[in-house]
Amino acid sequence: MVHLKINNIPVEVEEGTTVLEAARKAGINIPTLCYLKDINEIGACRICVVEVKGARSLVAACVYPVNEGMEVFTNTEKVRKSRKTTLELLLSNHKRECLSCVRSTNCELQKLSNEYGCDENRFKGEKFAYEEDTSTSYLIRDNEKCILCRRCVAVCRKVQQVGVIAPVRRGFATHIGSAFEEPLADASCVACGQCIAVCPVGALREREEIEEVRAAIADPEKVVVVAAAPAVRAAIGEEFGYPIGTNTEGKMFTAMRMLGFDKVFDVNFGADLTILEEANELLERVKEGGTLPMFTSCSPGWIRYVEYYYPELIPNLSSCKSPMQMFGATVKTYWAQKEGIDPKNIYVVGVMPCTAKKFEKTRGHESASGYPDVDAVLTTRELAKMIKNSGILYNELPEGTFDNPLGEFTGAGVIFGATGGVMEAALRTAAEKLTGKPLDKIDFKEVRGIKGIKEAAYDLGGVKVKVAVASGLTNAKKLCEKIKKGECDYTFVEVMCCPGGCVNGGGQPIQDAYTRRQVDLRSKRAKALYDEDKKAGIRKSHENPAVMQLYKNFFGAPGSHRAHEILHTEYVNRKDK
Amino acid sequence: MAKKLEVPYNGTKEQEEELRAAIGAIRTAHAGKGLTIAALQKGQEIFGYLPEKALQIISEALDVPLAEVYGVATFYAQFSLYPKGQYKIGVCLGTACYVKGSGDVYQKLCDELKIKGGECTDDLKFSLDATRCIGCCGLAPVMTVNDDVYGKVTPDEVPKILAKYRT
Repeated sequence: MVHLKINNIPVEVEEGTTVLEAARKAGINIPTLCYLKDINEIGACRICVVEVKGARSLVAACVYPVNEGMEVFTNTEKVRKSRKTTLELLLSNHKRECLSCVRSTNCELQKLSNEYGCDENRFKGEKFAYEEDTSTSYLIRDNEKCILCRRCVAVCRKVQQVGVIAPVRRGFATHIGSAFEEPLADASCVACGQCIAVCPVGALREREEIEEVRAAIADPEKVVVVAAAPAVRAAIGEEFGYPIGTNTEGKMFTAMRMLGFDKVFDVNFGADLTILEEANELLERVKEGGTLPMFTSCSPGWIRYVEYYYPELIPNLSSCKSPMQMFGATVKTYWAQKEGIDPKNIYVVGVMPCTAKKFEKTRGHESASGYPDVDAVLTTRELAKMIKNSGILYNELPEGTFDNPLGEFTGAGVIFGATGGVMEAALRTAAEKLTGKPLDKIDFKEVRGIKGIKEAAYDLGGVKVKVAVASGLTNAKKLCEKIKKGECDYTFVEVMCCPGGCVNGGGQPIQDAYTRRQVDLRSKRAKALYDEDKKAGIRKSHENPAVMQLYKNFFGAPGSHRAHEILHTEYVNRKDK
Repeated sequence: MAKKLEVPYNGTKEQEEELRAAIGAIRTAHAGKGLTIAALQKGQEIFGYLPEKALQIISEALDVPLAEVYGVATFYAQFSLYPKGQYKIGVCLGTACYVKGSGDVYQKLCDELKIKGGECTDDLKFSLDATRCIGCCGLAPVMTVNDDVYGKVTPDEVPKILAKYRT
């Protein structure tokens, strides 16, 4: 252990601890801007500078290791002045649209500038001049707001191992861009949106579809259907001041109705439907010697990853559409027919924890009715924004519920939002199909939790299945390499693109670096879903009465010809294109 | 945004293989990180500049994302993503020339050729670089086109000088 004093408070910490972490132990917060725990620890922004007795100059607390007998001062006049000047220099070259910026009140630069009483006009000089990159359907980059902290670069390169962005050029010309400064649409970006989630300012944001959705609601011709993904309910409360990990599903349903949506269904229903199709496909592949292991196909970022980086593994991907697309396809075929509505007049809105979904809805083979399965995708953040600017007092809303029939869901559908959830839901159904009798133990705890790669083996009525679950593309890459080299014999592999699964998706409420340091967003939000599953009356997808009805009246059986036409899709090799 | 690289690629399969082999040798000699710069230097040595293809080869061989390779190549002044033109234009931006207005001459050349310093025109005719003092401060501001030296140049004279080489 190392002993030091921070602002004269004695602290004892392990060797190798940084001054930043040690100060936290002493009850002192040192402000940061470029720092992102475990992801970006580069001491670049100089906001976290502190005085160390005997040191020549101020040091960056986020990377400076503690020494025995060290004396640190975090709040001296010199330190405060330095931080303030650094902030004012950043502001001198920042596109200050703070009044209308999407990140206003949730911006780390704004918060610090305010705390330090900065003069935003102190320095005048040349400013960045970049055009916004609006080339993709899911993300917008505004480099005039970028403070070059490199958090987006680090998450892309280290957490997702995709690395489609990097600092390019030098000095004043430095900016974050893709290779050859091509628009992002020309790079092999998987659309996960993790870069947005870690951006401290408004340089990165999703492409909003709020206006399109409002226009559809206002159109008397259109029947507007909304449905949220499992993970949305576990996080949207954060936008309204609820503690992280609060499930506010009931208020969300009420708010959706107040926004004017004609039907409030639920993508959890689509999740249950996905399980029936996917479990069936898996059993068929096992029986008929199809390509194994089979990969789940719910996460559009993961799909893009395979298409760009491992096209040779495309045959391993389940042909099932994602729950959102299955849901949309079912609304515009089965439900349209049942209600006697022309699918042309149905407008399906998915509310997603995800930015890649904004791309997914534009893929080929995703318009079963002849019209796109899904018309608009709002992120969790966008739905919250709509609720706020509609004058809806979310926290005071009564608990509502979903509409039938395409709103009904089981506990298995709910846990789709967390890593391991799709696997567990599938195992519940596959096990009962294979054994022909009800499960004694419904929980498959081996596949739960935030560990990057989880493995388990089960004997399901004589059929041995080996499964693996990965979240975050670094982990997915490890599995893909093993599979490519034939070093494993998994039957079924679940991959979610974002670390921890959809609960930590790129479309979820943004938490600042300090909160991310203190709280594990992934497990807190996941817990909200597992708690709902525990309380659910029905916890197996194949017992969802609405899904059963759907098969009886429309699809026949899982994997039927009609199910294939409506609920399954195709993939493209994007690497060799 | 930089001018998009539209210079036709004239590299040969042999050069590509040479670069791959060189990277292999670098990897054997220095296991671990920090090989990108060495590989870029090799690439520039082999091709004379760093064409897109060379960056792709380096990215694949070292398993470093292309964006990062490009980032490193654009950070260091020693690397050029553009070939040199048939006529290499140099403008001295040393102290004496600069005081005498070589900055305006340089800017005029950028405007006339529609390129920036370090770049090359699409027809591979002209490339432009800023140079240090070339030792004839008495003639400031000075520009050179290959071995021809022009002294006391004004921005207005730039089109006339270029015209000589355009024919």
